Amino acid sequence: MWPIDRLRRQAGAKPAAEAPLALVGRDRNRRVVTAADPAAKMLGLRAGMPVTKAQALVPGLVIEPADPQADAKSLGRLALWVMQRFSPIVAVDGADGIVIDATGAAHLHGGEGAMLDALTGRLALSGVTARAAIADSRGAAHALARYGGAPVFVAPPGETAPLLAPLPLQALRLPPAIVMGLHDLGFSRIGDLTGQPRAPLTRRFGPELCRRLDQAFGTLAEPIEPIRPQELITARRAFAEPIGAAETIARYIGKLVATLCAALEARGLGVRRLDLICHRVDNQVQTVRIGLAMPQRDPARLTRLLCDRIETIAPGFGIEIMTLTATLTEPLRLKQAASSLIENPAPDLSGLIDTLANRVGAKAIYRFAPQPSDVPERSVRRIPPLAEDMGANWPDHWPRPARLLPRPEPIETMALLPDHPPNWFSWRGVRRHVRRADGPERIFGEWWKRDAEQVAVRDYFRVEDDTGARFWIFRAGDGENAATGSHRWFLHGIFG
Amino acid sequence: MRRPQDRALAELRARIARLGGGGMCGDGVLPFGIAGLDRKLPGGGLALGCLHEVAGGGDGAAAAGFAAGIAARTTGQVLWCVAMQDLFAPGLEQAGLPPGRVIFVEAGDDKAVLASMEEGLRHGGLGAVVGDVARLPMVASRRLHLAAKGTGTLCIALRRWWGRTGASDFGQPTAAMTRWRVSALPSEPLPVAGIGRARWRVELIRARAGECVDIELEACDGSGHLGLPADVADRSAAQAGRRKAGG
Repeated sequence: MWPIDRLRRQAGAKPAAEAPLALVGRDRNRRVVTAADPAAKMLGLRAGMPVTKAQALVPGLVIEPADPQADAKSLGRLALWVMQRFSPIVAVDGADGIVIDATGAAHLHGGEGAMLDALTGRLALSGVTARAAIADSRGAAHALARYGGAPVFVAPPGETAPLLAPLPLQALRLPPAIVMGLHDLGFSRIGDLTGQPRAPLTRRFGPELCRRLDQAFGTLAEPIEPIRPQELITARRAFAEPIGAAETIARYIGKLVATLCAALEARGLGVRRLDLICHRVDNQVQTVRIGLAMPQRDPARLTRLLCDRIETIAPGFGIEIMTLTATLTEPLRLKQAASSLIENPAPDLSGLIDTLANRVGAKAIYRFAPQPSDVPERSVRRIPPLAEDMGANWPDHWPRPARLLPRPEPIETMALLPDHPPNWFSWRGVRRHVRRADGPERIFGEWWKRDAEQVAVRDYFRVEDDTGARFWIFRAGDGENAATGSHRWFLHGIFG
Repeated sequence: MRRPQDRALAELRARIARLGGGGMCGDGVLPFGIAGLDRKLPGGGLALGCLHEVAGGGDGAAAAGFAAGIAARTTGQVLWCVAMQDLFAPGLEQAGLPPGRVIFVEAGDDKAVLASMEEGLRHGGLGAVVGDVARLPMVASRRLHLAAKGTGTLCIALRRWWGRTGASDFGQPTAAMTRWRVSALPSEPLPVAGIGRARWRVELIRARAGECVDIELEACDGSGHLGLPADVADRSAAQAGRRKAGG
């Protein structure tokens, strides 16, 4: 799909989305279809089909020349974008794929699943159809992304084998000739091959088959050769003797950061994403990525953030090369410090925010801001901690609870209809007699968001029991018309 | 006119404070503005640069309002660390803490909450650091207290628990300067049906170099100040207003 998506993106709206589109290239001296969009595929076109046959099948077919070089170049740019946003180790995988090492980077996006969702979501927004999978080995992820069922899939660690077994043999990245030969012998799934003796297979098909099998199951290491664009600012240090102690790593991190910051200062840049890549003697790569809320080039602060994560680096038999790359940079001009004559400058919290964000994840640190909505759970939204103050506040007509339950909990009540508070209610097994109550405060559904809310109503009451505990409860529905809600009662919040 | 005994006592107190180290802090105090409460606290208010504990029990709503009121009266941003988020920002705003002043950290577990709180205290640019924690071991509380003392930032540990084990854990000693329990009481009676201004029983269970207090107060108003109920004080603001309106 990549060539089609790229063409549509770059050409704008020229080939209309409804018309079936096919790309045409040359296979020796025949003109064949190299890619077809979903509309054309629905009509029976396949890659590898002669153009004349395709045109005969689909009369209104739009044909564009294929341009593999532009596709590859564009894919390289996409890989660079993924590297800057998602993970330090990224490489182009074949003609239509990108392989990402998610280790050490997923925490910034709130876990592996969230990271894949964010990645495919961003790609879909810009018109690129993407399928993604995370698995234990590069081969398994390749197979699951291309031949697995779900468009976004995270394989649980250690359970690769049963997931790979039902996939077709093409998923192993084998040359077509080997796949055809295996088909002739009656093998069609990866699971068919796993129990077979290896020697006859190797004698017949060469070492490639077993190598690919081992790579898919993770028994053979397959390092990713990451893209390293020249224009990124990098500091590199190779060691004559491999290093392993945490203190030594910290010392060299400090030296690398100092070099990098000098280079950044010379260009007037500050760093937003910083990657530390440690090459070990056993050819494994350990990575640490830190993200910053604002562009920075303060060596002490960057060193501190990197040193906080030293414990995630497994040095193994020793580290021989350390590379520090400023993956994402933004201009950072020198600022004059505010004079203390007029007023005390507001303390700079970005250092604290960065430290916390790299520890608990950037999504877990936020501020609340008002959202224009009457429905309580929709009236707050989360904004980044250093975002500008909105200046707006919530309306102050009615008291609001200090704590809101994650979702309203059903309660048992005895209440007069239509608009009386309950006489008693029981929540979490405790029956409470209502001594005083305020309400109802009627909240209407937001019909512009969902059709189901067109007539929905909630009647909120503030009730106080004998001991003085105050609760925020509501009845779904207006008490008269069954269409407005189920007339069941829920407890939604607790007042102080 | 101070009597000589008073001066001797004050000197003695200052010397003990210097020796004790962990006791009084030189960062000043944050008075409640309620004489009955401030008189019992050393220095006449809640000591800044110290750890304070507030018992919240299971729901911890009253304790959250109490902590929000204290944090609202400090200057600067407030860092509020929670394991799972259940605070409702409009409710906190009504206790005096507007959304623009609070940065929330949703750390996931108690250990990460304590680490985030300590990080915030060591920064020094914050007005107050509040954390919802279930367990607060002695070592962790001492770390928080020392971090708070280093920068003069007010630290409030909101203790929440479910079941008996949590309650017994709250009985364990910690390095906190004061320990409070805030529970909801029936609200101010109104001449009409409805709920008046919320009232709390505020108990100061333990105060280093201070006395215990058990007092009934009105919940925080929009600026984070507690109030003295009208039937306890001779004439509170609310009572005065009503009299004026009536007469």
